This record gives sequence, structure tokens and C-alpha cells, in this order.
Amino acid sequence: MIVIDVLSWFLLLGGGLVGILGGVGLLRFPDFYSRLHAAGMTDTLCALMIIAGLILQAGLSLLSIKLALILLFLLFTSPTASHALARAGLTDGLKPEGEQSSNN
Amino acid sequence: MRYVISLALVMAALWLGLSGLFKPVILALGVASIALAAWLSWRMDVIGVEHNPGLFSWRLPVYWAWLVWQIVLANLDVAKAVFNPRRHIRQRVLRVPAKQSRELTRVTYANSITLTPGTVSLRLEGNEVVVHALTEAGAEGVLSGEMGDRVCWLEGQSK
Repeated sequence: MIVIDVLSWFLLLGGGLVGILGGVGLLRFPDFYSRLHAAGMTDTLCALMIIAGLILQAGLSLLSIKLALILLFLLFTSPTASHALARAGLTDGLKPEGEQSSNN
Repeated sequence: MRYVISLALVMAALWLGLSGLFKPVILALGVASIALAAWLSWRMDVIGVEHNPGLFSWRLPVYWAWLVWQIVLANLDVAKAVFNPRRHIRQRVLRVPAKQSRELTRVTYANSITLTPGTVSLRLEGNEVVVHALTEAGAEGVLSGEMGDRVCWLEGQSK
């Protein structure tokens, strides 16, 4: 039991840490497109670790199924949102740094 | 018909997993709503592999497990850039081929690229994905084409 508790706290705290790192990156990175990548950290590993930690706390129950579903939907919707933001930036004429040929 | 039945089974599992109640009235309501939803999906012609990942392939969980591992690695890479943006950020725009034959798997590939931090797919142009990469390691990862090969494997092509 204590092993599960330790593991779950490790995951919860680690997830929180990754979330903070993502937030710091969002502030530190230079432009729009690089900031998208920082937000990607909070979308993925942060959510993954926090939900895994919560599943360990919930044990084998219906609650775990619901938590896993939240994670599943998050992993399907967050890249869609990132992509939509990037597309909106491109459409608005914001050139990403490092683009060689401008054929759009 | 196979698709309608499998859709109903998936919805029944989802419904039971979310409610957890086994009273007759509630079960009857569940059966009725599943039947209605299955009938509506059939009428709307949104039934088939594209709308039901459970049917897609046994390879999907294997691919997801690999993808989660890639996400962990990519997070470490972006975390390095957070600590030292000047040294690690080398932004690039790349064009990588999407060799998958079906639209569904090409979208899966582009979505997987976006899902791993450090790379975002900007556009899907026919058989090419335009990718924005944050770091050198992220760009190399996409250029190596390993993820594309994995998605091809997911699709069931030999390569």
C-alpha cells in the first residue's frame, strides 16, 4: 500500500513540476510558435502523470475508468487545439522562424 | 451490420463504465439510449472504422504505448530548452513525407507529431506534412521518419 502511495505522490508532484516548467517555458520562449511547444508539455506529460497518480489513488474502481477517459479525450483534443492555433497563426501571416522557402 | 453491433458494444461498455448502476430502470434507459444512438449513427452514415478506434486494429495499443514513451522523451527535450532557451532552441520548418495510403492514418501521423512536444504539424499537404520543430533533437526525430514508419505499421503496410 505504501509503495502505491509513494509512487502516486511521485507522479502527482512530478506532473505538477512539469506543469510549472511548461508555464515557465511559455513565458521564456521567444515567439508564438515556440510557445506552442511549451504549452505542449502541460498538455501531455503533465496531464499524463497527474492522471496516472490519481488512478493509483483511486484503485480499481469506476473512478479510474473515468479518469482514463479524461486522459484519452485530452490526448485527442489537445493536438487539435495546438494545430488550430498554429494554423491560425499561419493564416494571419505570422511567419515561423526558420522557414526557408515562402511558397504559401 | 458488424459495425452497428460493435458500436453498440463499445457504447454499452462506456455507459456501464460511467454509470456503474445496475438497477433495471436505469439499465433499460441505457439500452434505449444506446439503440437510439446506434440508429442515429447508422442514419447519419458515420459508422465504420474511422469512427470507432476499437475496431481499427490490435496494433493501436502497441502504437499508443510507443507514442507515450516518445512523449516522455520529447518532454525532457523541451524541458532542457526551458532551462536554457538560447542554447537549445533552433526553430525550423520541415517538410516530411507522409507515406500512409489512407487519410485516417495520415491524420493520425500528423496528430502524433503535434502531440509530441517540440514538434507541431502546421499543414498536411497531400502526401507531405509541414512541421515546425523547436529544437535540433525534435527536428532530427521527425526527419528520421521512425514515427512515420510506425504509423505505416499501424496501417498494416509492410513498410
